[in-house]
Amino acid sequence: MGDRLRLSAALVAVVVLTALVAPVAWPLDEQAVDLAAKLRPPSWAHPFGTDEVGRDLLLRCVHGLRVSLLVGVVAALAATVVGTAVGTLAGALGGWADRVVMRLVDLFSSVPHLLLGIFVVAMFRPGVWPVVASVAVTHWLSTARIVRAELLSLRTRPYVDAAISGGASRWRVTVRHLLPAVLPRAGLAAVLMVPHAIWHESALSFLGLGLPAHTASLGSMAQAARGTLLAGQWWPTLFPGLFIIVPTLAVAGLAGAWRERLDPRRRSELAL
Amino acid sequence: MLELRGITAGYDRRAPVVRDVSLTLAAGESVGLLGPSGCGKSTLARVAALLHRPDAGTVVVDGTEARGWRHRAPRAQRTAFGVVFQQPRLSADPRLRLRDLIAEPLRATGAPDGIGELATAVGLSDDLLARRPHQVSDGQLQRACLARALALRPRWLVCDEMTAMLDASTTAALVSVVEDYRRENGAGLLAVGHDPVLLGRWCDRVVRWTDLAPGSGPTGGGQAGRGM
Repeated sequence: MGDRLRLSAALVAVVVLTALVAPVAWPLDEQAVDLAAKLRPPSWAHPFGTDEVGRDLLLRCVHGLRVSLLVGVVAALAATVVGTAVGTLAGALGGWADRVVMRLVDLFSSVPHLLLGIFVVAMFRPGVWPVVASVAVTHWLSTARIVRAELLSLRTRPYVDAAISGGASRWRVTVRHLLPAVLPRAGLAAVLMVPHAIWHESALSFLGLGLPAHTASLGSMAQAARGTLLAGQWWPTLFPGLFIIVPTLAVAGLAGAWRERLDPRRRSELAL
Repeated sequence: MLELRGITAGYDRRAPVVRDVSLTLAAGESVGLLGPSGCGKSTLARVAALLHRPDAGTVVVDGTEARGWRHRAPRAQRTAFGVVFQQPRLSADPRLRLRDLIAEPLRATGAPDGIGELATAVGLSDDLLARRPHQVSDGQLQRACLARALALRPRWLVCDEMTAMLDASTTAALVSVVEDYRRENGAGLLAVGHDPVLLGRWCDRVVRWTDLAPGSGPTGGGQAGRGM
């Protein structure tokens, strides 16, 4: 357990540092094309090889990591905040407020979420923020459902009755007793949403609606490499793929350890 | 005076657990409500403490008729009741240390924070007060729950099977805490239980559920619809 936490924390630290420092230390010339060196396998000069127009894949992966993490983390956070707020509104109030809010959630769910996402990005110029907004707008639904279901079950606990008898307002019961119990779960949902948000970004980029084509993003790099993979050139797919998988695993590992710490019953087992 | 008049209550309007039950407690009186598991006595106790809205009937607390239940009850009216439930594990927020658990009603109502006397009364040491619910025994946790119920100096205590999970010595200790409190503050008590010996010794008057509600027999199930 301690080892998993340390390993995950170390990996997250490496990933974040890489995303923060490397692009500053080795700036990317997005126009740099070297057609004489296209699709070179990994070598000392290009540790990750080169892509179909001769750009260094290591450099692009490092820059792509930054874009993908930004989109993934910010979008997942935004979606979680919206989902938690909506779920809390429904779950803490119950009754007709719950019915109205959840019908709204059903209505949102009935629209294919990629379509809704495309609609959102289409309203703006291509860039990072429209993509973030698009992912956030389409991904709060599951969190809202999780939070609402959890609150509805917690609401009937005797300790809520005791709090009401103790003079606690609706707000105080929600903030002090109910929300702390669901936040770990919402947090975990947020982390598990990060890889999906990265995928969403790549799907939008693939459709020409996400980030501009020359921007290095892991999703669009993996998409662009589809053709070369069939021709036996594995490196343009493998390295961006690894750059998606490793941060995802690291963040998920950290989230798991974090959740165990937040559950007070588990905490005592850790202390023993 | 606490009056329950013609209370019909339950978790499904078509099948109420409590049908047309009336019960009156004089000021400062202690009444034991005796009945088998699942008969609806806990539901009646929750109605009395304004924690469950009845389908029909009225509750009059010290001359004022209750118009709202749970959060819709005026704060002064719902804090007139101190409630203690059967299962301390479910009655305590697992995140709060016992110290904060007991002080919670004081903080929620903006009353001066100070639980020293309460903790002494129920016999909790500083060491125990610093622990969280999972780090203490059922008996110790129930002591904290009782202290919490007394924190706002309620005029009425509703003890729903308070001692059902506890051993004899803890039972005796908690009952004597309740009785000390009532002697000092003149508070009334509605004690719900299934142990005729305990309720007979504890309360001024014991009411049998079968006399109170001749029509409604045990429904089986036990605390139906409480999501336990």
